[in-house]
Amino acid sequence: MNPTLRKVVVPTLAIVVFLLLWEALVWVMGWPNYKMASPSDLIPAFQQYWDLFLVMGWQTLWRTVLGLLLAIVVGTLLGMIMGFSRTMRDALYPLLVGFNAIPKATVVPIVALMFVGAHDFNTVLIAFMISFFPIAVSVSIGLSTLEPEYRDILRALGASQTMIFRKIALPKTLPEFFGALKVSVTLAFIGTNLMEIVSPHGRGLGALFDSGKTNSDYPLMFAVLIALALLGIVLYYVVVALEKIFAGWAERQPH
Amino acid sequence: MSPLIKIKGVRHAYETASGPLPVLDGLEVTVNEGGFCAVVGPSGCGKSTLTRLIAGLMHPDEGEVWLHGELVKAPRSTVGMAFQNPVLLEWRTILQNVMLPLEIVPDGLKGAAAKDRARYLLSLVGLDGFEDKRPSELSGGMRQRASLCRALVHQPEVLILDEPFGALDAFTREDLWQTMHEVKEREPFTAVLITHDLREAIFLGDQVVVLSGRPARTQYVMEIPQIAKPTLDDLYTAEAAERLTILRHQIEIAQGRATPEEAS
Repeated sequence: MNPTLRKVVVPTLAIVVFLLLWEALVWVMGWPNYKMASPSDLIPAFQQYWDLFLVMGWQTLWRTVLGLLLAIVVGTLLGMIMGFSRTMRDALYPLLVGFNAIPKATVVPIVALMFVGAHDFNTVLIAFMISFFPIAVSVSIGLSTLEPEYRDILRALGASQTMIFRKIALPKTLPEFFGALKVSVTLAFIGTNLMEIVSPHGRGLGALFDSGKTNSDYPLMFAVLIALALLGIVLYYVVVALEKIFAGWAERQPH
Repeated sequence: MSPLIKIKGVRHAYETASGPLPVLDGLEVTVNEGGFCAVVGPSGCGKSTLTRLIAGLMHPDEGEVWLHGELVKAPRSTVGMAFQNPVLLEWRTILQNVMLPLEIVPDGLKGAAAKDRARYLLSLVGLDGFEDKRPSELSGGMRQRASLCRALVHQPEVLILDEPFGALDAFTREDLWQTMHEVKEREPFTAVLITHDLREAIFLGDQVVVLSGRPARTQYVMEIPQIAKPTLDDLYTAEAAERLTILRHQIEIAQGRATPEEAS
């Protein structure tokens, strides 16, 4: 089988096998759909609510992406500050670690109360708060572990600090940055959904999930899980595609 | 011939937690234009500090470093450097790596002229056909050749080589010695080479400077008459053996394992 075909066929087959096993498990155990819905229960759920899925899915998507973009900007800036200055690293690192250690599920109700009613703002804020840490850490490590010879080569030619950053530090940090971004994109997605589920009269797929719960519509809840998984996969592979474009050089070609 | 590099009475100490650590103490080195000065000495005696002084990357506590009649106060674009670690940029092709200094030095070649210059140097070191490869696709020796091209691309007055062949296997290293001679014939340069290899020092250098143990001062200087088109066979002559014996003895003195009286 040719490699490109294999890249499509093998994962598709794996998904089909997974769905069949799931269906078979529910059937064999004789579970009712409020215990565990089967894939065949989900199709009617999607058919019934497809317009809601589109609207809510879009809300979840844009809030996640906006939160992630904020995380990229703030995370990169923090990373640069900590990467270039030892003092700032010593000062900021414990603060950041402490901040990151707080489970964001506990921050969600606080934020929801603090900015009550501002659903979009709340959601974006949590998505941002949960996802900037890996980016800040990876950028700071990438910059602070730059071998001195790299700097010397350019400094000896009279290059300025900005020149060294642009020509060497920035591109050299990109693989670490994208590695962190893959973690952050998933985290931001979790953050968005946490807020959507918790906040009253919320929007997005989280709210749809919550309404499924309130109405005891179990297939709808499972259908939301699948929709979230699909959205998560799309977001993740967008990051992978960007990584290929901007840091493809870091991927070793098999010899 | 006029002196291109002049290092006079240089002293330097690093600040450490347990007080100042003197690394250089009374360093005297003079290299003529077109000369090739090999610097040997015990490990950790301050040889790399010397390269950073010439490159203008740091200032000595005392003493002066002169380059082409000018006091070195800051980095200057007339220097090319190559290290033991070739530090090629993985995201650039070999050709783009070699062209890097031209993007930085004032009035460096641009566009097609820059490419031609880089291609010419790569062919000089035997890397034709590898212009569009990534550094990760090259062997250690080839990367070091590319690093050498990068150090030369902007036609520096001084080439600073800090153990560039130290991490290579013996055969590759000897190949590169030959390459150095070939390159020097076509692309004249003045060089300071830091090395641990005495054979390398006498094969490449026209002057070998032995530094004492830390803090380093100039302990011994050996002039080596240059011959046309040297080959590796020239390392196996009686003269070469005699030079190596003298230098090895000087190193032992520098390491504190022998005293000068035993010399004669």
